[in-house]
Amino acid sequence: MNPVSSPAGRGHQLTPLQRRLHLDGPLLLLIALLTALGLVVLYSAADNSLAAVQQQAIRLSVAAAGLIIVAQIPPQLMRVLAPWGFGLAIITLVAVPFIGIEGGGARRWIALGPINIQPSELMKIALPVALSAYLAGRHLPPRLPDLIASLVLIALPVALIAIQPDLGTAILAAATGFFVVFLAGLQWRYIIGATVAAIPAIAAFWHYIMQDYQRERVLTFLNPEREPLGAGYHIIQAKIAIGSGGVYGKGWLNGTQAHLDFLPERQTDFVFAVLAEELGFVGVCALIGIYLAVVARGLWIASQAQDDFGRLLAGAVSLTFFVYCFVNIGMVSGLLPVVGLPLPLISFGGTSVVTLMAGFGILMAVHTHRRTWSG
Amino acid sequence: MELDPIKDRHHHAGMIRRRLIVGLVGVIALATTLVARNAYLQVTGHEHYSQLAQDNRVRLVPIPPTRGLIYDRDGELLAENVPAHRLVITPDQVPDLSATLERLGEIIELRPSDIERFHEQRKRGRPFQAIPLKHQLSPEEYSHFAVNRHRFPGVETEAELVRHYPQGSVGAHAIGYVGRISESELRRVNPDEYQGSSNIGKSGVEGFYEKRLHGEVGVKRVETNAAGRVLQTLERQPPTPGQDLHLSLDVDLQRAGEQALGERSGSVIAIDPDNGQVLALVSKPTFNPNLFATGIGIDEYRRLQRDPRRPLFNRAINGQYPPASTIKPFVALAALSRGVRAPDDTVYSTGRYSLPGVDHVWRGWKEGGHGEINLKQAVAQSSDIYFYDMAYDLGIEAMHQFLAPFGWGQATGIDLKGEDTGILPSKAWKRRNKGESWYHGETLITGIGQGFFLSTPMQLAKGTAIMANRGHSVTPRLLSGVRPPGEETAHQVERETSPSELFNDVEASQWQFAHEAMIEVVHGERGTARAIGRDAPYRIAGKTGTAQVFGLGKDEEYDAAELPRRLHDHGLFIAFAPAPDPEIAVAVVVEHGGGGSSAAAPVARDVMDAWLTDDAP
Repeated sequence: MNPVSSPAGRGHQLTPLQRRLHLDGPLLLLIALLTALGLVVLYSAADNSLAAVQQQAIRLSVAAAGLIIVAQIPPQLMRVLAPWGFGLAIITLVAVPFIGIEGGGARRWIALGPINIQPSELMKIALPVALSAYLAGRHLPPRLPDLIASLVLIALPVALIAIQPDLGTAILAAATGFFVVFLAGLQWRYIIGATVAAIPAIAAFWHYIMQDYQRERVLTFLNPEREPLGAGYHIIQAKIAIGSGGVYGKGWLNGTQAHLDFLPERQTDFVFAVLAEELGFVGVCALIGIYLAVVARGLWIASQAQDDFGRLLAGAVSLTFFVYCFVNIGMVSGLLPVVGLPLPLISFGGTSVVTLMAGFGILMAVHTHRRTWSG
Repeated sequence: MELDPIKDRHHHAGMIRRRLIVGLVGVIALATTLVARNAYLQVTGHEHYSQLAQDNRVRLVPIPPTRGLIYDRDGELLAENVPAHRLVITPDQVPDLSATLERLGEIIELRPSDIERFHEQRKRGRPFQAIPLKHQLSPEEYSHFAVNRHRFPGVETEAELVRHYPQGSVGAHAIGYVGRISESELRRVNPDEYQGSSNIGKSGVEGFYEKRLHGEVGVKRVETNAAGRVLQTLERQPPTPGQDLHLSLDVDLQRAGEQALGERSGSVIAIDPDNGQVLALVSKPTFNPNLFATGIGIDEYRRLQRDPRRPLFNRAINGQYPPASTIKPFVALAALSRGVRAPDDTVYSTGRYSLPGVDHVWRGWKEGGHGEINLKQAVAQSSDIYFYDMAYDLGIEAMHQFLAPFGWGQATGIDLKGEDTGILPSKAWKRRNKGESWYHGETLITGIGQGFFLSTPMQLAKGTAIMANRGHSVTPRLLSGVRPPGEETAHQVERETSPSELFNDVEASQWQFAHEAMIEVVHGERGTARAIGRDAPYRIAGKTGTAQVFGLGKDEEYDAAELPRRLHDHGLFIAFAPAPDPEIAVAVVVEHGGGGSSAAAPVARDVMDAWLTDDAP
């Protein structure tokens, strides 16, 4: 078959933006929409503070620069660099307990000159790249030895992140790894078997891995009234904020839950409740709609990728992005336990934004660096 | 591995695409779940959560009403609310609480009880709430603090209204006092009405008329943030102040009564016999009710409670004493109206009395007796022998029936809480309470107001008032008028002036005789209270009494000098004046004061002078 007429290349006349800057227009537009919405909501959540908005805008700009840089890296180069990146991420993760900076009951950061880096965030990128690189050169669906190797590649960093402890990031890292293997064709019998085997594993996890505060969160999630003024307070107040927003919301800057301090962590993990209170069900649907569009565009890019590495990587990054959204909205609206994940591109904070933007950069790189097979 | 890169790629592309579609389906399913969840919260549950959000932010803050004032009959203030400054601490604004308290103690006098109570309240309150540390700062303390306030972040002075009793200890048992609301009191009242109030009427008029004085609580709807700080007031419903009370008490007369008793323990009651209005209600020793208004220290309260002279004890309504000889005019009236005695019936008194077939000799108070005396002389000279004989002929049941309408053995109905009823003995009473049958000898001593017979000073005063007005039953009352908030003048309290039919069988001449006998007590040549009658500018009808505290053996002599004071007799005196048209009825009990004529009668004279003569203080 002629490579030029291969499905991956078919119908893909790259736009000048894609060809010259290696950026994807639709994805850029959706990201811009999300960040704009995020800044608007943040202005309200930060009690009409322009300073917070400026600060976040600067972070977003820096992260966007990161996106542009990552987008310039050809996927082939990523594939070559993958083992090195993964190795670096592992080393820094291992180093965290020894030289890390402590904050909020966990050690997650390493000081690297003037900036602090978070190895677990690095791993969120390094793991799918490395795993995709590994599996893309193998027989697919993966055979058992490859499967075991993949499992080790996933389990090692996830365990290192979980003991920091950072349950939210560990879940995301695990999800990313799983998605790569899943897209690579992991047999359904393994998936079902693992699900059945997970039940005792969860019990063990509960008893030996989880920290007290994490168990607390789960218990309180299952019954928020258990601690109406303690850990359950977050969930109760968030549900009140969301529910009282109604269909059309109380209006921007008019949320009583948000502005009278009832809503905890309303600029960071619980910012979704502010949006739901002030912009209502309509705003919630719009946000979820934009997220879905982002994921759909990412999956489309994956399906149009030229090789397995690009397909696996782009697919895993897109699905992981959705897990991010789902876990945050699910926990704030009381569907999931509170695990401490920000709402992608809306929550105040820098680290997650950089990682997310890097992910989008990868998607764009996969989509825009095309080899012509005719040559 | 030998793989055809192109073939391999094609095969994988299709499989990975299928997996991508599975992923997309999963994503849409989960997104739908999120939308459904939010629809459930925001559409279905909207009303419920809106209510919760409303409850979250809007809080009702009570505004305590201003307590009603209390005046005496001439409009003199007995209880008022004075603006004062209190020192309050907002714990979450204080960097180091114990150091702050220590340094405050250097410029302001802090008692251990102040600090104790502060910590108690702090535990109950929220950290952003200002908690009072000390009430009623003195002007010096206030200015000291003002100069130093920069040294004390989180400490402020606040204006407040504090209950103040300008008369101090005068009339304390009648007026009563307010104090901190206790848990049990909060259960008795509507707790909603007391949100925001820290004090409640504890005793006296303050306690009895708590409902009128307190007023109705107002309320503010305020918006608060999550920490409970008030951000703005949404709506205000002002409180209704309490009613002002006008008492029949005359503070000058009250003071005269207290001065007349001096340092002695006892009670003085003055009543207007026409309507039962209480003009003076003295119980000594007394106390300073201002101590309670700002939360009395535990130590001071214990000191008052443990004081063997019992200053908190209201002797006027809770002190129970044998009425002793003060009962004689009433018994004489009983004998006349029942036809048991005529005024001219005489008895020869040897100072001893015995009953046929009973191996016991009853002695009169006067050794050797009064000789041949008639009924009026028996009252005037207080002959026990005459009254033994007469009481025996009357019998206990007739005495009981006649004395009951005067109010003995039952509460007088005065507007004070916790009044004691005394004991008006009868056969039925003794069987019920002692499980024994009645002895004749007990009839004799009941006739001279001893034995089981017990009366409160208030009961004595009520009986005296009914005697003075010739049988019109009156109920002693402190309250004479009420001024509801917003009105200019006070309304007189409706008073039941029922012409009593209880004494229909007592003829006018018999009342007259009793009055004359009592006048003879004071103004007769041999009257037991002649000492106070000598220079009186008006006619006084009275009767002395001496209540035994210490049971004497049959042949023992009572010698005051040899007995400790607590075993001395109680001196009693009842009187009304001016005869024949009395304006005041008085009852006096002087605990351990000795005889009624020497201890109690002069007190009554002072009180009557204060009421009836112009040059009284």
